[in-house]
Amino acid sequence: MNSSALIHAVVDGVLTGSVYALMATGLTLIFGVMDIINLAQGILVILGAYLSYTLSVHFGVDLFVGLVFTIPILFVVGIVIERLFVARLKGPERTAMSILVTYAVSLVIEGILNEVYSVNQVQLQAWYVDRSFPIFGVYLPYIYLLGFILAASMLGALYFMLYRTRFGASIRASLSDQTSAALVGIDTKRVATICFGIGVAVTAAGGMIYGATNAFNASSSYDLISRLLTIIVLGGMGSLGGALVAGIMMVLLQDIVAVVWSPVWSSMTFFVVLVIVLSLRPQGLFGKLSARVA
Amino acid sequence: MNVKQLPWWATALVVFAAFPLVVTNPFWTTIAIFALIYMSCATSWNMFSGYSGYVSLGSAIFYGCGAYTMALGSIHWHIPGGAEQFWLVPLSGLVAMVIAVPLGAVALRVRRHTFVVITIAFFFVFQLAAINANFTGGPAGLSLALIPWQGNSFNTPFYYVGLAILVFAVILSALVRRSRFGLQLLAIRDDEDRALGLGVKVKAVKLTGYTLSAFTVGMCGALYAMFIGQIYPQFVFDPVFDVTVALMAFLGGFGTLLGPLLGGLILESSQQYLTVTYSNGSLYLILFGALFLVVVLFMPQGIVVKVKEMWAKHQLNKTPQLEGSTLAGSQKV
Repeated sequence: MNSSALIHAVVDGVLTGSVYALMATGLTLIFGVMDIINLAQGILVILGAYLSYTLSVHFGVDLFVGLVFTIPILFVVGIVIERLFVARLKGPERTAMSILVTYAVSLVIEGILNEVYSVNQVQLQAWYVDRSFPIFGVYLPYIYLLGFILAASMLGALYFMLYRTRFGASIRASLSDQTSAALVGIDTKRVATICFGIGVAVTAAGGMIYGATNAFNASSSYDLISRLLTIIVLGGMGSLGGALVAGIMMVLLQDIVAVVWSPVWSSMTFFVVLVIVLSLRPQGLFGKLSARVA
Repeated sequence: MNVKQLPWWATALVVFAAFPLVVTNPFWTTIAIFALIYMSCATSWNMFSGYSGYVSLGSAIFYGCGAYTMALGSIHWHIPGGAEQFWLVPLSGLVAMVIAVPLGAVALRVRRHTFVVITIAFFFVFQLAAINANFTGGPAGLSLALIPWQGNSFNTPFYYVGLAILVFAVILSALVRRSRFGLQLLAIRDDEDRALGLGVKVKAVKLTGYTLSAFTVGMCGALYAMFIGQIYPQFVFDPVFDVTVALMAFLGGFGTLLGPLLGGLILESSQQYLTVTYSNGSLYLILFGALFLVVVLFMPQGIVVKVKEMWAKHQLNKTPQLEGSTLAGSQKV
């Protein structure tokens, strides 16, 4: 172990962690507002990556410019999934059913992606993926920095929308209490649909960065969704700040352990932390205790 | 299961027991063995998740642990391929139970929504460990000793052991359902806080249920490993298994005794048939996912409840006078 490797790990952890935080924020927003666990989030990230891939390979559109198209496309995909499937779920087992429904949706999308793009792994290409820049004495491809800026600005926009606009206020009202929100005249159904759309739309950006920093195919979604789920559980389900902290923490911890100890077991350490945190704080780092209601 | 239904269950058992005597084609008996394995897993999944409402999506943990116990046991104790290996089946169930205790102790600290997610997370820990550890043989998996049985008679012992596991799972599930312990699980499903207030030791009850359900799944994993003769971490720790078992219970009827049996029988036989007939994996994924959506959206209570409802409606329509008289009677009061 040397210090430059450690610096590399820390820088990479913060930069990549912000991207995971963005994707997990979408997931926790959907859960917080709707009590829906969207297992399709992983495959939607991959869908976003493949859309960017198609735009850049077949139409020569730059990856970042392509987001102008892919973000609205995924927003619509999210709204369609919510209207067609999720909104129909009712009754006490709604959350459990939502897992099954979104899993089914993700199987269908996985099948379609396999048909269209084959199972061979691909990676997004651009000049900023190949070229590196120096930071604290280590070199990283530009995409890490650009991805961080993108994720941070999207998170900033999301937080601005949530905390500084009227619509954001109605989302937060639905987050804390559905019934009371409906009682003061908030159209909770509309809020839920739009939240699902927003939660899915962020996967377009997350997917593009994921696809530029990793080789991927449709089955990469299993790895992604397991990480995203552990992030939102660790942060506290429905807590936006929790998703942010836990997302960065996960990648940071993993990268540091990979340098200090062994890369093979590094992805395991986060799960160990999860178990320890849950034993001490079952509601997660920033979760509300009132989530005790079944 | 009550006394009146016993003849039906006995008839079903006789039909199942006679099946390999009538159908000797290995193509069909192989499908039948998988159906038995999945019916047992769905039944025992339902015994905890269906009764208590705590949906677990990590049952492949126990399936995988059972499979690895069988493989490692027969390799390290030099058990020759054959009937002697069957002794490892109950042992694999016990190992799965022992693993379930600490997992349940952590995962059951949280309420339902989070529990689902934690079981998924635990599942991925086990898959990762099986792929990376040395004693599991890594991604290359483990091969078991060759079993020297020939032709049609190869499948028959597996079929009957599978049937025995299924009978065990059904009897256990029925006993739990009729016991005080089962009522406590149902009370937790309906209102956990009130159950706690009424003196149900919710933590102990949940953990016992979770551990009990691991036993059968572990045995099924062991039977699978022995039947296939070769295990890979990504096939015994399979995320699709987690969800398939849950879907079977939902398809048949969540929380009912008959439901998971029907769901397992229908889904696993058709799944096996489709996989063999259509080798195109992605087309199969699309079909399976679409079927899945139809089931959850249009029959959320499952076949058993749906059929009961339709039957009740049918009876009501058959006797309109009776309905009218009871209505009139109630208006008087």
